[in-house]
Amino acid sequence: MIKVCILDYGSGNVMSVQNLIQHLKIKSIVSNKNSDIKNSTHIILPGVGAFGESIKKLKKKIDIKYLEKEILVKKKPFLGICVGMQLLADTGEEFGKHKGLGWIKGQVVKLKSKILPHIGWNEIVLKKKNLIFNDLIDKDFYFVNSFHFNVKDKKLILANTKYENYFCSIVNKENIYGVQFHPEKSQNNGKQIIKNFLKIS
Amino acid sequence: MKKKRLIPVLLLKDGNLVQAHNFKFYQNLGNPEQAVKRLSEWGSDELIYLDISKKKHEIGRSDIKYKSSSNFLSIIKKFSKFSFMPTTIGGNIKNLFDVEKRLLVGADKVSINSAALINPKLISEIAKEFGSQCLVISVDVKKINGQYKIYFNHGIDLSNFNLKEWLKIIYNNGAGEILINSIDRDGSKEGYDINLLKIVTKHSKIPVIACGGVGTFTHFYQGFKKTNIDAAAAANIFHYSDQSVFLAKNFLYKKKIKVRKPSLININ
Repeated sequence: MIKVCILDYGSGNVMSVQNLIQHLKIKSIVSNKNSDIKNSTHIILPGVGAFGESIKKLKKKIDIKYLEKEILVKKKPFLGICVGMQLLADTGEEFGKHKGLGWIKGQVVKLKSKILPHIGWNEIVLKKKNLIFNDLIDKDFYFVNSFHFNVKDKKLILANTKYENYFCSIVNKENIYGVQFHPEKSQNNGKQIIKNFLKIS
Repeated sequence: MKKKRLIPVLLLKDGNLVQAHNFKFYQNLGNPEQAVKRLSEWGSDELIYLDISKKKHEIGRSDIKYKSSSNFLSIIKKFSKFSFMPTTIGGNIKNLFDVEKRLLVGADKVSINSAALINPKLISEIAKEFGSQCLVISVDVKKINGQYKIYFNHGIDLSNFNLKEWLKIIYNNGAGEILINSIDRDGSKEGYDINLLKIVTKHSKIPVIACGGVGTFTHFYQGFKKTNIDAAAAANIFHYSDQSVFLAKNFLYKKKIKVRKPSLININ
């Protein structure tokens, strides 16, 4: 049976993510405990706010070594949302340079656009086939970001989004997924993409 | 391509949904949670929910049949369970603690107005603690002798800041968006103050949300066509007709404004 662990590290939007999963009638728990990470089939790392502050809180609240065993060794499906996606990178440059989880190679850098933050509904342009795209109504998702994940290995980019320039909006390496937008705020499209992610085993 | 946003504004006064005119007249429009449900189903891009109660503790009425929610926070918490769209909450926010309380029950952003004018440092404090993305600065403007003046405290008190100076302070302190309201146009159905929006968008490096004066769908079109606003907000026009947001979006979509494709959403 599917059970989702939403990692609890003091990120503000944890409840929104849980509301969506509850709405899909799937079991979930908001937790930072190793036992809950172990007993879950899927792990979600939500995020809002700045890179530096987030990685600091994450390292303080979560046993990263244990999480890495579950994700990198046991290959449990993992989804990072917004800053949760950015934390997958080697480094982030928001308010100083910070080290990320380093699960996917690349840097988090500022968008080069005149008006920031990038706020609102924007399209994802698919680069590869993936079951995470199944049954989407259209390609619009809700974004709020001033920074983006500049993924080193371009083959890992599932989708890009244009805001003056293109940036990576979905990254995927094996069992690890990261989305720059907020599925929990993207109405039916967001629900669908979460539903698809939870079908991955 | 990023889409232009269409944002319904809900005004809550003493626990009830109301309509306003020139910041003065209020008419009761009923249940605040049902309204959110309708607006999500009609495909709103976002929602702005403002509590304009002047006395904090007089929320709820005893003379109506259904049980009115006892406080604003519990209303937000309830509708977050079914409304999967970004929500900005405003009204009576004075410090970091007030911001945190709203974010914890499901708000994505907060909108502040008077508190920022009284203490501009609050802008940078909120931006640092919770991120720029969660802070909307609401600016109420009235035209006096041909000059745009900033008002606060429900449009009653005149601020010493001039408009351009204030926009600069908002940006420099790290706010994420500006919600610009024309007090003169509020509830007038005369359309946005286009000249005001031109000035504000010209001097802003963060997204601008327009509000105040929409009486027909053409007014949204004019706002997007003639100015550089990122989002068009309105209150009254969305409340009286069925599927209003969907129809407004359809109108703009057909006129080639880059909005999200109109669709009705089943949220059950």
